[in-house]
Amino acid sequence: MYYFLRLTRALDERAHVLQQQNKVVGGLFSNQGQEAISIGSAFALEKRDYVAPMIRNIGTVLVRGHSARDIMTQYLAKATSPTRGRDNSQHFGDVERTGVVAYISMLGTMVPVMAGMALGARLKGEDRVALTYIGDGATSTGDFYEGLCLASVQKLALVVIIENNQYAYSTPTSKQSLLENLSDKAKAFGIPGITGDGNDVLEVYRLAKRCIEDARAGGGPQILELKTFRMRGHAPHDNQAYVPKGLIEAWRKKDPIGRFEAVLGFGEAEKAEVGARVAAVVEDAVKFAEESPLPDGKEALQGVFEDDSIVPFTPWWRRDA
Amino acid sequence: MPELTFLDAISRGLWEEMEADPTVFLMGEDIGAYGGAFKVTKGFLEKFGPGRVIETTLSEEGFVGAAIGAAYTGLRPVVEFQFIDFIACAFDMIVNVAGTSRYRWGKGVPVTFRGPWGAGGRAGPFHSRSIEMWFAHSPGLKVVAPATPSDAKGLLKACIRDNDPCIFLEHKHLYRRIKEEVADGSPAIPLGRARVVRPGEDLTIVTYGMMLHRTMEAVAALEGRSIEVLDLRTIYPLDRAAVVESVKKTGKVMTVTEDTRTGSIAGEIAAVLCEEAFEHLDGPVVRVTSPDVPIPFAPTLEDAVLPSVKDIAGAADRLLRY
Ligand SMILES: Cc1ncc(C[n+]2csc(CCOP(=O)(O)OP(=O)(O)O)c2C)c(N)n1
Repeated sequence: MYYFLRLTRALDERAHVLQQQNKVVGGLFSNQGQEAISIGSAFALEKRDYVAPMIRNIGTVLVRGHSARDIMTQYLAKATSPTRGRDNSQHFGDVERTGVVAYISMLGTMVPVMAGMALGARLKGEDRVALTYIGDGATSTGDFYEGLCLASVQKLALVVIIENNQYAYSTPTSKQSLLENLSDKAKAFGIPGITGDGNDVLEVYRLAKRCIEDARAGGGPQILELKTFRMRGHAPHDNQAYVPKGLIEAWRKKDPIGRFEAVLGFGEAEKAEVGARVAAVVEDAVKFAEESPLPDGKEALQGVFEDDSIVPFTPWWRRDA
Repeated sequence: MPELTFLDAISRGLWEEMEADPTVFLMGEDIGAYGGAFKVTKGFLEKFGPGRVIETTLSEEGFVGAAIGAAYTGLRPVVEFQFIDFIACAFDMIVNVAGTSRYRWGKGVPVTFRGPWGAGGRAGPFHSRSIEMWFAHSPGLKVVAPATPSDAKGLLKACIRDNDPCIFLEHKHLYRRIKEEVADGSPAIPLGRARVVRPGEDLTIVTYGMMLHRTMEAVAALEGRSIEVLDLRTIYPLDRAAVVESVKKTGKVMTVTEDTRTGSIAGEIAAVLCEEAFEHLDGPVVRVTSPDVPIPFAPTLEDAVLPSVKDIAGAADRLLRY
């Protein structure tokens, strides 16, 4: 767990450096300060389970078996990336190998989709759980409600982790909901909803494990709200001027990595040992990504349908007379 | 051979696919004991059980998303919209999640979205829409619109077996009005191919859905004229070659769609012909369509909007004389 916390943080920091150097194509959404949620919950899943990450869940895909190279090649839109340059950042997955489902930008969509994966598993007689994350802001979407509505009456093995990092872009959670705890939304569906400390990786693991196993045992969908704080802006262009003074500093004291080091009783030597391993992995990923080619423009027409003859079309001005 | 209505043919097609392939299952509102709003799935719950006939909550975005998720686990969901108009509520899931899925990360979405479609039933603006071009315009989706019982059965089978998302449109005005002999166990009919309903030399009329039947009436009224009628059957992928081939023979083309004018498939056909068959055209490509208005409720208003047999015959006659 500690290794993955450090790796996630290091990849994020390195990605921001690359972004400053104009090497990152498209958006970059930091997960700093929120790593414990991805990692604690991913550790609580079984290998056979399904999971859909969101923008701030690099940790989840790493724990599930995707590599640092996958992350970096995606950021740089390279031909060697999991989507071969088709889609941005962590929008990738591999159902068969890692159980990770590629999410899309439209927030909320993965709640119904993961409900469907739980449904599919049940129809096939498999005891897999489907888990997804959702931001505090995205709990205001219709998809959140529709997905959980269907999942609740169908008693599907779905776990929805609300990653309450207090802001949706610039909008504070108080402008999304009048609830103190977003887990109270569970009442609308008649399902269990609990709230916990998202910056304590062991608490995250413990609560996630409980939700996952309750869902697996037939208890239906579960909502787990984990409180945390988005330590950077929504994306690099955002200086977080809207965050009240002192709040970021207060949350820095609750940094999940520092807290876990204290629990583990790690001294400088242990930290440095893991730091060195992490640095090597990040270095390899960046080098690989930088040396990889961009995809060939010709590939853009492939793979829309199974039948690749449907899309390509030669207009008359490109044909021989 | 049993004589089947359009509705029975769809129902039989669905039934045979479910019997043949255990990964096929149904989702939708009121499709279980009640058998669906139009009774397409009557008797399915008793035969296939609640595991394969899943009655959903009233949440289009929710159950469409769930169908996509179930498809990711290797199943082939068939989703019924109570009226196809409500597909608007699930637009995001279909165009953004399903339509882009294979392209983004290589995961095909073998889901069939089906439902009663089309106007003529005095059902007003929200139970009559032509929704085909919303999806034909959106990459990664196939759009199918049969006009006869045998095509409906065969094309539905093809949609269910297809590894990409298909939208299957069932003209509800045809449900119980037309009949045809369709063999049990009839084969799938390939998607993306138009059908020459009637050969001709002097004019090609391209149409689909209920308008095929109005076109055939109009052609009958224009007795003695050599008119070729093409039923598109699939809106996307469009059978460009069939349209171009026909025009090479007739030199004149008219399209008839119930869909509203701007952005209907008629415009795409006209554009294809301009690029592909310009030198074969002996007249303007004429579009007979509904005007750009919501489908109104009152019979007089609805009739004023939809292309009538008279409209079609008049346009064809004029173009033939051009
Ligand atoms: C449906 C939808 N609307 C708007 C956006 C644009 N958008 C991207 S991230 C974001 C804020 C999301 O906030 P939250 O759900 O709390 O997640 P967080 O970014 O805090 O992790 C917005 C509005 C989007 N991606 N999807």
